[in-house]
Amino acid sequence: MEALKSLTAQALVVHRDNIDTDQIIPARFLKVTDKAGLGDALFADWRYAEDGTPKADFVLNQPWAKGRKILVAGQNFGSGSSREHAPWALLGYGFRAVLARSFADIFRNNALKNGVLPVALGEAEHGKVLAALAANRDEALTVDLEACAVSLGGERIASFEVDAFARHCLLNGLDQLGYLLHFEADIARYEAERSQRAY
Amino acid sequence: MSQQAQTLVDKVWDRHIVSEQPDRPSMIYIDLHLIHEVTSPQAFAALEERGLKLRQPERTVATMDHSTPTDPRRLEVLDGQSRKQLDLLRRNCEKYGVTLYGLGHNRNGIVHVIGPELGLTQPGMTIVCGDSHTSTHGAFGALAFGIGTTEVSHVLATQCLLQHRPKSFEVRVDGELPEGVGAKDIALAIIAEIGTDGGTGHVFEFRGSAIEALSMEGRMTLCNMSIEAGARAGLVAPDEKTFAYLEGRDFAPKGAAWQAAVADWRSLSTDEGATFSRSLTLDASKLAPMITFGTNPGMGQAIDKDLPRPEDLGSDQAAAELQKALDYMGLESGKALLGHPVDVVFIGSCTNSRISDLREAAEIFKGRQVAEGVRTLVVPGSQDIKRQAEAEGLDAVFRAAGAEWREPGCSMCIAMNGDQLSPGQYAVSTSNRNFEGRQGRGGRTFLASPRTAAAAAIKGCVTDPRTVKAG
Ligand code: SF4
Repeated sequence: MEALKSLTAQALVVHRDNIDTDQIIPARFLKVTDKAGLGDALFADWRYAEDGTPKADFVLNQPWAKGRKILVAGQNFGSGSSREHAPWALLGYGFRAVLARSFADIFRNNALKNGVLPVALGEAEHGKVLAALAANRDEALTVDLEACAVSLGGERIASFEVDAFARHCLLNGLDQLGYLLHFEADIARYEAERSQRAY
Repeated sequence: MSQQAQTLVDKVWDRHIVSEQPDRPSMIYIDLHLIHEVTSPQAFAALEERGLKLRQPERTVATMDHSTPTDPRRLEVLDGQSRKQLDLLRRNCEKYGVTLYGLGHNRNGIVHVIGPELGLTQPGMTIVCGDSHTSTHGAFGALAFGIGTTEVSHVLATQCLLQHRPKSFEVRVDGELPEGVGAKDIALAIIAEIGTDGGTGHVFEFRGSAIEALSMEGRMTLCNMSIEAGARAGLVAPDEKTFAYLEGRDFAPKGAAWQAAVADWRSLSTDEGATFSRSLTLDASKLAPMITFGTNPGMGQAIDKDLPRPEDLGSDQAAAELQKALDYMGLESGKALLGHPVDVVFIGSCTNSRISDLREAAEIFKGRQVAEGVRTLVVPGSQDIKRQAEAEGLDAVFRAAGAEWREPGCSMCIAMNGDQLSPGQYAVSTSNRNFEGRQGRGGRTFLASPRTAAAAAIKGCVTDPRTVKAG
């Protein structure tokens, strides 16, 4: 996982609530056996017509949208399935942070494990971000994981919470498997106790 | 362990703590890890990359379900990409010594159907799968939840996960369900009430007289839908019905071990005086058959109500969301949904493909015909269920009515295997998600119970099942 300390980048807004993982990446793209190349399938049904041509009115298809690294959405982002293809697709497209009012539990976990930072904002702070981007879509945002803060034009507008361990891993580009493997002795002890059980 | 009054969730949790460190999530042990073709390939690749072993092959069980054709010709109609995924799962299972109930196996089926059926799912266990509907197994008093592929690799390698203790959310349903109303209607009513994120950060414990009265199949339907309300898991305390369901199943303990297990499982209920973080109470006697009209499972209501109006909603954002959903669905606010034409009826999925669901549907199909122009698929959840249904003659009822009787699999629930809606088509479906395009690009889904789905099939439109008597 690529470390993330602080990110200053332009953003894209898809202002909808309950953006489910079937919208983030439809199931027909889950027939892969690796993680690469899923960026093209991100929001596929909103992004492309049936024949594969980009839909002119969808924000990801605007010429200015290229290279944006922050996605701004509404409430309950990532609801639905546990498919990790959702953060893989976001990452594949180039997004490193999603700013939303709230996140579904499984998506949040999956995103953090892939270097995509879910930032939950309160109503007022979320409103500020939307207003700033409505006024100037090219406005850069800073998402600072060290300070757990979001700033706009150099001014800190929100702080956010992240699980302490996930933050530690993301700041340092660590994955959790290495940490888990470290507890081999505890696992073995647990398993030995367990095998004493009468069933 | 503490002497304080505890919830069921906390009891199961405490039994599985392997290690707790400051500022770190708890490390918990996983008793049963279910895997399938779609969310496991990259996890096995992670083991491979690091040269790790699978820690507990006997706690890992695999099936093929998401992309398997339900067409009786099966392998002939399998697409190349799906074939590659299935082949890879087979190779991974062989290499790492995992039991596979694959395509062609006489116990194959949907992962959340075969776990309980084989007796793998047991009270007090922790159960995970790279699949959000793992919550289904909570019906047995197990703490069961969906995980992503990275976590699948963690469990493969260590049999453990890093997790925070979930908060518990009491969902109490008392009273007697009216005729024609079942577990699916309870589930849809709960989600309509609290929304698709109402349970975020929590685990549901379903309790109350209406829950006790549900069959194990009904409890599975209800727990299955927990995730649609945002709760990663939902569970029901085990009772005599649970034990009766499990006794004698392939992997259930036998003899003295069975006695010991049941004695232990009886302690798995929430103590008197334990507190929940949140509570919700529903009166079962007031429930009606439910149906969804929108593009998430929270957009549901009693089937005989008129469609909601965006202008009646509190916030502009909510009104805009509802309008978008109605537009996608091609529906007009304020109108009735009853009588709305239907193109496809799907009876299946890990929510409603069990024998009781098929019996419920067959009662309505019996002696009747599927309406002209309606395609009806009945997809049993497993080979076991298929055999049982055939032994009871249910397949003959479906076929005589003009419905298709298919091979087991996820099928049109996720539309990865060729079973899918065409753009614009309307389906009444017993599955769990009505997201845009979930059942095929541009398809429009009304979620409902097997009874309501069967009634729609014979009438050709959205129909109140209470108006269609058993045939
Ligand atoms: S039936 Fe549907 S919800 Fe259930 S496991 Fe299969 S795809 Fe997932």
